[in-house]
Amino acid sequence: MALLEVHNINTFYGNIHALRGVSIEVEEGEIVTLIGGNGAGKSTTLNTISGITPAREGQIIFEGQDITETRPHEIVEKGITQAPEGRRVFARLTVRENLDMGAYTRRDRDGIKESLDAVYEIFPRLKERESQPGGTLSGGEQQMLAIGRALMAQPRLLLLDEPSMGLAPILVQEIFATIERLNETGTTILLVEQNAQVALSICNRGYVLQTGEIVLSGTGGELLANKMVRDAYLGAS
Amino acid sequence: MEKTASPKVRMPINTYKIVQVTIAVLFIGYLIWRIYALAVIEQVYGADSWLRFAVSGLILGSVYAVIAIGYTLVYGILFMINFAHGEIMMLGAYAGYFTLEALGSWIVDPAAGQAFLNANPVLSIVLAFAVGMTTSTIAGVFLEKIAYRPLRGAPRLVPLISAIGASIFLQNAAQLIFSPRRRDYLNPDILTRNTGWTVVVNSKDVVITYTGVFTFVLSIILLIVLYTIVQRTRMGRAMRAVAEDKKTAALMGIDVDGVISRTFAISGAMGGAAGVMWGIHNGIIYHYVGFIPGLKAFTAAVLGGIGNLPGAMLGGMVLGIVEATGPAILGIPFQLKDVIAFSILVLVLIFRPSGILGEVLTEEKV
Ligand SMILES: Nc1ncnc2c1ncn2[C@@H]1O[C@H](COP(=O)(O)OP(=O)(O)OP(=O)(O)O)[C@@H](O)[C@H]1O
Ligand SMILES: [Mg+2]
Repeated sequence: MALLEVHNINTFYGNIHALRGVSIEVEEGEIVTLIGGNGAGKSTTLNTISGITPAREGQIIFEGQDITETRPHEIVEKGITQAPEGRRVFARLTVRENLDMGAYTRRDRDGIKESLDAVYEIFPRLKERESQPGGTLSGGEQQMLAIGRALMAQPRLLLLDEPSMGLAPILVQEIFATIERLNETGTTILLVEQNAQVALSICNRGYVLQTGEIVLSGTGGELLANKMVRDAYLGAS
Repeated sequence: MEKTASPKVRMPINTYKIVQVTIAVLFIGYLIWRIYALAVIEQVYGADSWLRFAVSGLILGSVYAVIAIGYTLVYGILFMINFAHGEIMMLGAYAGYFTLEALGSWIVDPAAGQAFLNANPVLSIVLAFAVGMTTSTIAGVFLEKIAYRPLRGAPRLVPLISAIGASIFLQNAAQLIFSPRRRDYLNPDILTRNTGWTVVVNSKDVVITYTGVFTFVLSIILLIVLYTIVQRTRMGRAMRAVAEDKKTAALMGIDVDGVISRTFAISGAMGGAAGVMWGIHNGIIYHYVGFIPGLKAFTAAVLGGIGNLPGAMLGGMVLGIVEATGPAILGIPFQLKDVIAFSILVLVLIFRPSGILGEVLTEEKV
């Protein structure tokens, strides 16, 4: 049994049918990526798993438990954290408070301190800005904060929505290295990325989403070699 | 191109600015002239009067601040004006009243004919506040569940109308249940109204009342406690996160509905405390006792910048002092103090809707 099983979910925004029978599996310890064009439904998939936009049909099973109708904060407590698209840093909370928010459901003080040190080690910039409101950071710094905040949660399953967006290439590498390291220390990851090249090269498996439907799936290597994927998502290379 | 286009765009803003500045200059000029006239020409009020005004302004202002916090907390999180907050305060005032009455008629020392109220005055006051604040807390939480939660996600006008409806309903319900009779608040002897420390100023006696000092000190304590909760605790952090971005807050594992409930609970507790203080200091309560203070405190919250905690505190204090000194400064009858308060509301809404400390609201936050 997989850690996360998404069976045939259908999600709507009013009359807009955003997900049309999406099924995904994520095994314990994997990095799985979800690629697709703008508006394909990648963010919606993550939000449906997180309970923000509950599925109208279908089922989501996490660790054998049905979480299809579980409320968002309870899903976090069960061990699924999402770092949403577009940073979404709390502008009026300080950097440190933002990071503390990431650890909101945790009670292990010592563990939280360790995570905090780890985040500051990856992004020393955040430590310098510790007591500054999140809204005063630059775009890239906010992205670092968003990732750092997600790392603070220490979830069983981490959903990342375009973590490399808006970052300088050197930081993109840093982020992906961090994701791999995190995965090695036992966090399972479901990654949504525009940067398909890198995402597919670090993942175990991937899915391709098109207008709300999964049109292709396979190992990272298989997808990288696939003609359709190369044409549509990797540019002409 | 640019040069011809930009004046057209800027014109209306400039006219608006000119009107604004003109009115401000005229108003400040008038104020200065009035103060000069008062101090130098008319000399109707001596230092003792001014001290009396200032003291009553501070007391009133501190209560406004406590009530205003209730509006601003809820606004900060739901962007709605909880118009029934004054009625929440009224319920707290009644709960405190009945507690004090009960303790006042409970004779513990038959020999001396002494009631619990005066045998244990401090405990009695604590009990009155405990009952008043609990009642208002429960009322606030229920109000949110019944009148506002089902309307979450509706256009902003809808919960506002619901709030006005709730306010009318609670006032009428209170009239039915408690009767429209005005009731005298029963204070323990140590807080007898209109007694206090006497200060001699200008060879006249100025009484600083015990109830006034009590009200002021308690208000300040409540404001400090509340500010500390919001700024320093895990729950306060969650409240601020929910205020900024509910979706992301939920993704952090915050129970958004729970935080909203707790916000109404805290706001209600503040209203309840204000109600009991109002009764203890002013002495009379009735079913619409919360209405005018509620509107005033709303004005205070807007004045300070609605949604902004220090703003509500500052706005409350400023409004209290303006109300107490305004009629004397402007040379109008004291009965017109409400006109001053509500003129401030209108002026602030026209010229600086974001208030003294408030930031300009952006669309995305709304
Ligand atoms: N709140 C909303 N209301 C209405 N429609 C929405 C809403 N959110 C998303 N949609 C629609 O649902 C579809 C899927 O959107 P989604 O955000 O999941 O795409 P995405 O794959 O994450 O795209 P991108 O790569 O641009 O982030 C789109 O057609 C979008 O317009
Ligand atoms: Mg997206």
